[in-house]
Amino acid sequence: MQFFIEVLVGGLLSGVMYALVALGFVLIYKASGVFNFAQGAMVFFAALTFVGFQEVLPGWLGMEADSSIVFWLAFLLAFLAMIVLGVATERIVLRPLVNQPHITLFMATIGLTYVIEGIAQMTWGATVRGLDLGIVDEPIAWLMDNYEIGVSKFDLFAAGVAASLVALLALLFQYTKVGRALRAVADDHQAALSIGIPLQTIWRVVWAVAGFVALVAGMIWGARNGVQFALTFTALKALPVLILGGFTSVPGAIVGGLIIGASEKLAEVYVGPFVGGGIEGWFPYMLALAFLLVRPEGLFGEKHIDRV
Amino acid sequence: MLYREAGQFKASYAEDAQIFPIRQDRIGFWLLMLVFGVAVPFLASEYWLKAILIPVLIFSLAALGLNILTGYAGQLSLGSAAFMAVGAFAAYNFILRIEGMPFLVALVLAGLTAAAVGILFGLPSLRIKGFYLAVATLAAQFFIVWALVKFPWFSNNSSSGVVTAQDVTILGYTFATPEAKYVLTFLIVAFMALLAKNMVRSSTGRAWMAVRDMDVAAQVIGFRLMRTKLLAFAVSSFYCGVAGALYAYTYIGTVEPEGFNLDLSFKILFMIIIGGVGSIMGSFLGAAFIVLLPIFLDNFVPMIFGDSLGAGFVSNFQLIVFGGLIIFFLIVEPHGLARLWQIAKEKLRLWPFPH
Repeated sequence: MQFFIEVLVGGLLSGVMYALVALGFVLIYKASGVFNFAQGAMVFFAALTFVGFQEVLPGWLGMEADSSIVFWLAFLLAFLAMIVLGVATERIVLRPLVNQPHITLFMATIGLTYVIEGIAQMTWGATVRGLDLGIVDEPIAWLMDNYEIGVSKFDLFAAGVAASLVALLALLFQYTKVGRALRAVADDHQAALSIGIPLQTIWRVVWAVAGFVALVAGMIWGARNGVQFALTFTALKALPVLILGGFTSVPGAIVGGLIIGASEKLAEVYVGPFVGGGIEGWFPYMLALAFLLVRPEGLFGEKHIDRV
Repeated sequence: MLYREAGQFKASYAEDAQIFPIRQDRIGFWLLMLVFGVAVPFLASEYWLKAILIPVLIFSLAALGLNILTGYAGQLSLGSAAFMAVGAFAAYNFILRIEGMPFLVALVLAGLTAAAVGILFGLPSLRIKGFYLAVATLAAQFFIVWALVKFPWFSNNSSSGVVTAQDVTILGYTFATPEAKYVLTFLIVAFMALLAKNMVRSSTGRAWMAVRDMDVAAQVIGFRLMRTKLLAFAVSSFYCGVAGALYAYTYIGTVEPEGFNLDLSFKILFMIIIGGVGSIMGSFLGAAFIVLLPIFLDNFVPMIFGDSLGAGFVSNFQLIVFGGLIIFFLIVEPHGLARLWQIAKEKLRLWPFPH
């Protein structure tokens, strides 16, 4: 039983990390209808930029490498880089492709994936780097002593970050002017345009926010696994979360992440040995597929009504 | 002046229904067939045959398969490489396990196996649509590759699933040289392209297009959705399966499941997007473009920047150029190279008196 709970909690917490990446997809899909495959590359780019600045900044400023000023300055610069990336994407890729079919936009973001990966590695090099957030990846002692359940502090921290990020985004969407405009754009591009909402500005904001989410996700994933090219594959982890939760739902991304994370770990432990292991790669997709057969638009996605 | 249909009258139904109604098109087509079927095997060097022409043909076939599914029937799929893997490993097993199995029969059986798997993974399309379906097809991609690695039976117990294709022998003649393999590939691809062309301009193809444009409306006017969609999945997977078998037998020789990864699926998707979605000819143009582009970049980038740059820089630069070119093409001509060809033909009909 303890083992079961340990696996379950570990799965739930890693699911939160998937949800972080899925969140970026949802934001962009909601506001512009673009299925942004480059989100994984953005996570990689953001984490690499952050680590890169952390390396070069002490030299420029003449400060200790582990001072908190360097940390926050690097964070700020990486965020700025993500904003620049978002604005450039909107200007160069999305604006000329307005009104094209969804598949064309999707393909464009795959092209964008290559460009971002190339730029990131060209600027900062392709070596694997460590990223230290100051939180150690070890079991919480109190839980370990009293209940003999190992829950990593780091995972808990990641879950906390994800929860506050979602709360922040929910507030942004519900209570600010920009948030209202975002929801209007998500509802209907043309209607939003006709009442004077600047579509281009909104898209820039959304890409910048998605860049911020990518930065946070990249830092957490990077601290866990090291900042390396494999970070781009986080997108593949996020996709089943996305279709399970629904493309257009922020809470869906979180709930989907929890379901996928928990069931993936449980399946790996309890089913994996019977079929030779390594089922993590496809199990989430099959699970999401099974869910979709019952609810074709995901758990919280907008119900699609077909009209002739 | 040379290219116009003036004076060419259609006097019978057969003439009205032919693929190339304009005489110049027919002449051009047969010239093309002669050049690529007869002249090229004699003239092209071994490098060209092995590294460029054979892969272009094979990827054209795979792109054709995906184009039938995505371009004509409107079902976006990201699992085409997995169906190629099914075809390659099915052909290997049929030839390995059945004594005296003729190669062409094995090829058809491999295609049919892929089609059966395709129907299985196509079933969700009856309920799931759009990007949800696209992501769901990733399940096929990951599951099939995983299964081929995990169950050693598929690869005859070789380590990590690597198999070496047997000799290709038809009626006692062994296709060993690149020239012979090229001709064999060419004939198969040409035949299947003809088949596809006729399929998409018959009632089958019209049913697919009706479903693509709006499946509810198609259902209302009496198309059987299940049959149409599953047929598209079956035919598409058949083409991908045959392409996969050819990939193993006439191109690479030694294949492993991991070779048929998501990157390959994306590559095939790029081919149809750049070539032209919903165009048979576009599949060929797109495949040629995607196969030639990296080779071109390989030779071109060091030429500009010299050899002083590290290999890492060159490969990253290629990545950027490749991605950038794809975006550029999508912006400039979202309907692909096939559309450019069509525009050129329209212009040519009026030339040199456009007014």
